[in-house]
Amino acid sequence: MGYEITLATSMCISVVFALSLNLITGFCGQISLGHAAFFGVGAYTAALSSQAGLAFPLDLLAAAAAAAVFGFIVGLSSLRVRHDFLAITTMGFGFLFLGVVRQQDWLGGEMGISAIPGSGLSKLGYLGFVAAVAVAVALFSAYLKRSWLGFSFAAIADDEDTARVVALDVARYKLLAFVLGTAIAGIAGGLYAHHVRFISPDSFGFVESIAVLSMVIVGGIGSVPGVVFAALVLTALPLWFQVIEDYKLLLYSALLFIMMQLCEDGIGGLMRRLMQGRRRTT
Amino acid sequence: MLYLELLIQGLVQGGIYTLIALGLTLVYGLLRILHVAHAALFTLGGYLGVILTNATGSLALAMVLTMLVTGVVGMGVYRVAYQPILDKPPYVALIASIALFIASEEIYRLVFGPYGLSYDAPPLQGVIDLFGSGMYLKQAELLVLAGTGAALIGLHLLSTRTRIGIAWRATVTDPEMAASFGIRTQRVRYLNFFIGSALAAAAGVMVALLNNLVEPTMGSVPSYKALAIIVLGGIGSIRGTLIASLALGVIESFGTIYLGSLLDRDAIAFAFLILVLMWRPQGLLGRT
Repeated sequence: MGYEITLATSMCISVVFALSLNLITGFCGQISLGHAAFFGVGAYTAALSSQAGLAFPLDLLAAAAAAAVFGFIVGLSSLRVRHDFLAITTMGFGFLFLGVVRQQDWLGGEMGISAIPGSGLSKLGYLGFVAAVAVAVALFSAYLKRSWLGFSFAAIADDEDTARVVALDVARYKLLAFVLGTAIAGIAGGLYAHHVRFISPDSFGFVESIAVLSMVIVGGIGSVPGVVFAALVLTALPLWFQVIEDYKLLLYSALLFIMMQLCEDGIGGLMRRLMQGRRRTT
Repeated sequence: MLYLELLIQGLVQGGIYTLIALGLTLVYGLLRILHVAHAALFTLGGYLGVILTNATGSLALAMVLTMLVTGVVGMGVYRVAYQPILDKPPYVALIASIALFIASEEIYRLVFGPYGLSYDAPPLQGVIDLFGSGMYLKQAELLVLAGTGAALIGLHLLSTRTRIGIAWRATVTDPEMAASFGIRTQRVRYLNFFIGSALAAAAGVMVALLNNLVEPTMGSVPSYKALAIIVLGGIGSIRGTLIASLALGVIESFGTIYLGSLLDRDAIAFAFLILVLMWRPQGLLGRT
């Protein structure tokens, strides 16, 4: 039973993490190839502050705040560069984060930080807590998408220049999307730190940034139920595939490749088309 | 003396970057795709180079064969991976490309084994005394510098002196206009992938010479570093790519000595990239 609880906790953390990127990339259209860095900022902040004696749920707030500060800075760069340039810039921030962490002794360097205090809850209790956070973030995302703010985000994602013409303060909304998204990523990172209780730079690299981006894209960019579903499945998939250990990554990447060739709007888009088809037939 | 040595090491690394990034910048200029899987062809080049050199005993023959085969594989990549999704949003091609790259690393690992291959008798390992000054350069490093120069001159002649080269530049400038003038843009794209992939393969063979090792993951650093370079240089600009590659090579080689305690090699490269982009969002030589 312990294994299932651990797996389920990881799956819920992925949901929070993927939804945080979905807010930036899905809702507001700002692609990020370095999102794992914010997850990492959150994880390191939670680890260090809880080791310094900050009580469990409070250090998650510290993690969110720290990640949001970095998110604001990266958000500023999104005002300067766009599209593919932004993708590369955010990727650069990811490597910069890794490079700094690897060389700093007070952050544990290559060895990382171990013996992070647990949450004080039982394993099942912690799963409950993480699941509650995941549900809250999912509901918040769904609400945001229908709100005035979500509407502005969609306008910017669609066409930034037109949004500016109709007097939307594009810079402010972009920064807000980055701050919100990275703060949630920070919370996900904090949850992760208390979950595994050992963190090292390797857990926040380029591959992780790509993995979370694939969750958003396989789920259907911007679709909340799609992204939740994709985050759950794609986190569990490599573990289920452990039987075929050697071909795990090959299969995973082949799935992603075929997905892009056949239905690029992901599970969310697939569902939408099915629903529309049904409506048309009735 | 140390400065000069660091400078030359930086230029050699920069030459490798140039050969890899040229193909990438050609692809981006033509199709607006961030072709991450380009580094897979670089790795393929490394493997083929070692295997063919060991089989034939001639590095020159192996180099030519490797470039031809990898060039054709590159055309196949375009046909299978990119052509069907050209009219979809740009992130689709990016993710497909990343997936293809990860898959390729796995395939190399499964086919060639996880520990990598080496030359039986590594060629060009002798050293040359530069200007009689007591500064030594490996023959393989000299080959990198010469190869980079030859590739640039060849590309320049091709794009200015031949019909297909002119068609190529026309297609980059305005694909629809070029097509309406009777240029077969499809053929231009295949040529583009052939040349870019052949250059990446040459870089792979040279890196294999420098390290005497090819391994499945040798492409992972170039895969993102080359993206940084083409953005830094101003996307689609060959001259910008050259300057950015050499600058990055030199900055990394000095940076790891003087900033090594603060940042690692990749972080130095990307810190430089971010600084430049904040100053010039379109890259060093890019046009807005």
